[in-house]
Amino acid sequence: MKPTDVSNPNYFHKVVDCQWACPAHTDVPEYIRLIALGRYTDAYMLNRESNVFPGILGRVCDRPCEPACRRGRLDQKPVAICRLKRVAADLRGEIAHRLPQIPKAKNGKRIALIGAGCASLTVANDLLPLGYEIVMFEQLDKTGGLMRTNIPAFRLPAEVLDEEINTIVDMGVDLRLGAPINSLKALLQEDYDAVFVGAGAPKGRNLEIPGRYDTDQIFVGIQWLESVAFGHVDSIGERVIIIGGGNTAMDCCRTSLRIGGDDVKVVARKPENMLKASDWELEGAIEERIEIICSHSPEEFVIEDGKLTGVRFDQVDWYEDEHGKFRSKKIDDVVMPCDSVILAVGQENAFTFIERDIGIEFDKRDMPVVDKITMQSTREDVFFGGDAAFGPLNIIWAVEHGHQAATSIHNYCMGEPVTERLPHTMNLRSTRMGIHEWSYSNDFDPTTRRLVPHLPLKERFEKLSLEVELGFDAQQAAKEAERCLNCDIQTVFKANLCIECDACIDICPVNCLTIAENGPEVELRLRLNTPAPKKVQDIFVSETLPQTGKIMVKDENSCVHCGLCAERCPTGAWDMQEFTLNIPYAGHGSCRKRRKTA
Amino acid sequence: MSYITKPRLSYSGRKRNKLGLAMRDYEGGMSTLCAGCGHDSITAALIQAFFELNIPPERVVKLSGIGCSSKTPAYFLNASHGINAVHGRMPALATGANAANRDLYYIGVSGDGDSLSIGLGQFGHAIRRNLNMLYIIENNGVYGLTKGQFSASADKGSKAKTGEINAQPPIDPVLMALSLGGAFVARSFSGDKQQLVPLIKAGLMHQGFALLDVISPCVTFNDHDGSTKSYVYTREHFHETIHTDFVLAADEITVEYDEGEVVPVDLHDGSHILLRKVAPDYEPKDRGNAISYIQHHQEKGEIVTGLLYLDEQAGDLHTTSNTIDQPLNELSYDKLCPGADALEEIFEAYR
Repeated sequence: MKPTDVSNPNYFHKVVDCQWACPAHTDVPEYIRLIALGRYTDAYMLNRESNVFPGILGRVCDRPCEPACRRGRLDQKPVAICRLKRVAADLRGEIAHRLPQIPKAKNGKRIALIGAGCASLTVANDLLPLGYEIVMFEQLDKTGGLMRTNIPAFRLPAEVLDEEINTIVDMGVDLRLGAPINSLKALLQEDYDAVFVGAGAPKGRNLEIPGRYDTDQIFVGIQWLESVAFGHVDSIGERVIIIGGGNTAMDCCRTSLRIGGDDVKVVARKPENMLKASDWELEGAIEERIEIICSHSPEEFVIEDGKLTGVRFDQVDWYEDEHGKFRSKKIDDVVMPCDSVILAVGQENAFTFIERDIGIEFDKRDMPVVDKITMQSTREDVFFGGDAAFGPLNIIWAVEHGHQAATSIHNYCMGEPVTERLPHTMNLRSTRMGIHEWSYSNDFDPTTRRLVPHLPLKERFEKLSLEVELGFDAQQAAKEAERCLNCDIQTVFKANLCIECDACIDICPVNCLTIAENGPEVELRLRLNTPAPKKVQDIFVSETLPQTGKIMVKDENSCVHCGLCAERCPTGAWDMQEFTLNIPYAGHGSCRKRRKTA
Repeated sequence: MSYITKPRLSYSGRKRNKLGLAMRDYEGGMSTLCAGCGHDSITAALIQAFFELNIPPERVVKLSGIGCSSKTPAYFLNASHGINAVHGRMPALATGANAANRDLYYIGVSGDGDSLSIGLGQFGHAIRRNLNMLYIIENNGVYGLTKGQFSASADKGSKAKTGEINAQPPIDPVLMALSLGGAFVARSFSGDKQQLVPLIKAGLMHQGFALLDVISPCVTFNDHDGSTKSYVYTREHFHETIHTDFVLAADEITVEYDEGEVVPVDLHDGSHILLRKVAPDYEPKDRGNAISYIQHHQEKGEIVTGLLYLDEQAGDLHTTSNTIDQPLNELSYDKLCPGADALEEIFEAYR
């Protein structure tokens, strides 16, 4: 194998599993360290840089970071990253003076944003400090988009939403509430330099089975949640069936319990291990004694005398066919009695406001053709982001789309090609403080994952807006923070200093180091001290070692970043260096560009 | 040394041996030796050897004297028996322990000071008695604990860290063992586990005294230019004669060699030592030849390594003393100490 190119930031970035998994690449280990130090405001600001809404995401993020967390590979439970983020938001101090300054003199460019959800707000957040004039159109009377309408208040209180959204709006957004855009064509004829479409995927999917339109007690989940959020709906039948197995189903069932539902069931077509809902959302529903029934396919709404009395399901069995595809076969049918049904079987985009003759191409699925990197549509002044771009994803993806779209819009307005984007760069800084001292907590803490305290079951149903999760207090947070392995403190190796004394290999608690003869990767992986035939992560391969001509190999997958290799190294060939990823945002690098043209 | 303790972690791909133990179960406390010390590597090799031999830790006795090397039994096999003897007096304790219980595995860890200066007499007699133990000398040519004076194994002409040149000839434990009738004589290097681990295994399973002299660089006081026991010097002058493999009784010999290239030696418990010639002109069963070969190469500055002499038939202390198979400590008191009448009978026999 060729020596690993450690000058490529991606090599070290991949080692920081959480940061690599996060669409916005939030510097998780660094903010966890700041929380451990009690520097909540700093932790919040670091979060805000990449994910813009730490308080919101600290409650309801889809947390791709947690399944990726290295700690999960050691003792099954990842660090409670998301909950720690919330701690930073809950305990932070004043931030107003630390927000970017908004220039009084504008740059003369006007941008229209459609929708007041997380994607549009991120674009505004990135462009306002650069002097843009931002006009934001929202069809509802409130900001927040699906964050407000679809996430029940007991998971995401309105105050948290308002605070973080207003931070951005107060930067000088020209906000037009109750102002639906009915024609993009018309909007484009107005005086805007670019348009960003962050209109979400606001349409709940329907379920066309017999009986669907013979009662008024069948609701479409997304619209129903919105009606509840705005107080238009405040009751539901006693026996409720939610059809679907995703996160919306979980929100619907828990909301039902709070406005009159008593016997609430979630019924999904898929088997338990294929449910789309996140584990923690399932846990939240189960904690509230909601019955989750899997492998039941809805066939008919049972209507008696014009009244909904139940739903007939086929009980199915799932199996893998000869092509490896999962198929179901009916084994029985059953009628479950109910008074109301909520459909949570997916959501769709609705682009009725986009005329098809204005240069925006749509694909076969009737989705706009959007560039995955630049977020630009086939019409150069129209950009997409969030659920509007590639269908329903999640908040953190929408934020990332917003950042990328803002960069593109800035390039576009400045006459630069949108494809000209700065690369990620990195800093590496030694954490060595003394012979055995490091500027991070390197001692492995065997503490198990801390549980977030919840409002007792007796109290939480009294009011829809009572937040169930109470969040960690400072002490709990400090304990949980210690579980973080500091994966961004990288093991950096200098082959020319190595005397091959084996000290690092002997001390490694996970046996992830090997000095070996070089060879092709597949074969080399089998010769490691702990063979790693399956490529979970990269292996580090050093330059040739001076004394024997062998190479140092490290399997990044199992390293726990304890620093013992560096501590035991007599020559400083190993060092523990803090990796900082520099992520370019809109406007970054413009000084350099200007210098180039001058 | 390190301030934090090596964490106990279960990780994917972790191996367990036939006893269901992980390598971690054969480890000891955290080493307080200097970072990069060769002794720590030997400790790791010992851990690996005991792990791979499936030896229950509680069947092992660790013995040592005084010195950096003699600290190391604290760093492996936490769950075994051990004692730190007076400086240079470890062989006496080992003899006593071995006399009382012949069924345990005995491993002595000593250094060039402990064995070749203050304990030279004890060392020589342990070889002569053919005490059934593995005796490792962690040989770095300096007194590390007292800041780097030359030891008795320092080569003539080698340079101390302070710049002084050693004027006296070295005592070579390997040549000494060969001339005192040692039946298992080997030399290795802490920086070469591929050679070291099989030698440790063979030495542990050998019936009798197994001397293993391991060049173990002192990273603090003897790893500079002009030293003949540094990492660089040892690697440059390393001369392997015989490569040893060890095969457990339960395992088949699977490695294929050309005929005549490998000599298998069967041990008492059915396991095998495989001797593969690396130097074609070396003969590991000819004591006189071994001595002259080693001396000849030493004059050229080469460090001859490998299992240099092996005689599996020599018979250990218990054989020559004609003691019973059962360990003495298991005998009942009246059998072990038959009383004044029996003693009188013995006295009578000599009158």
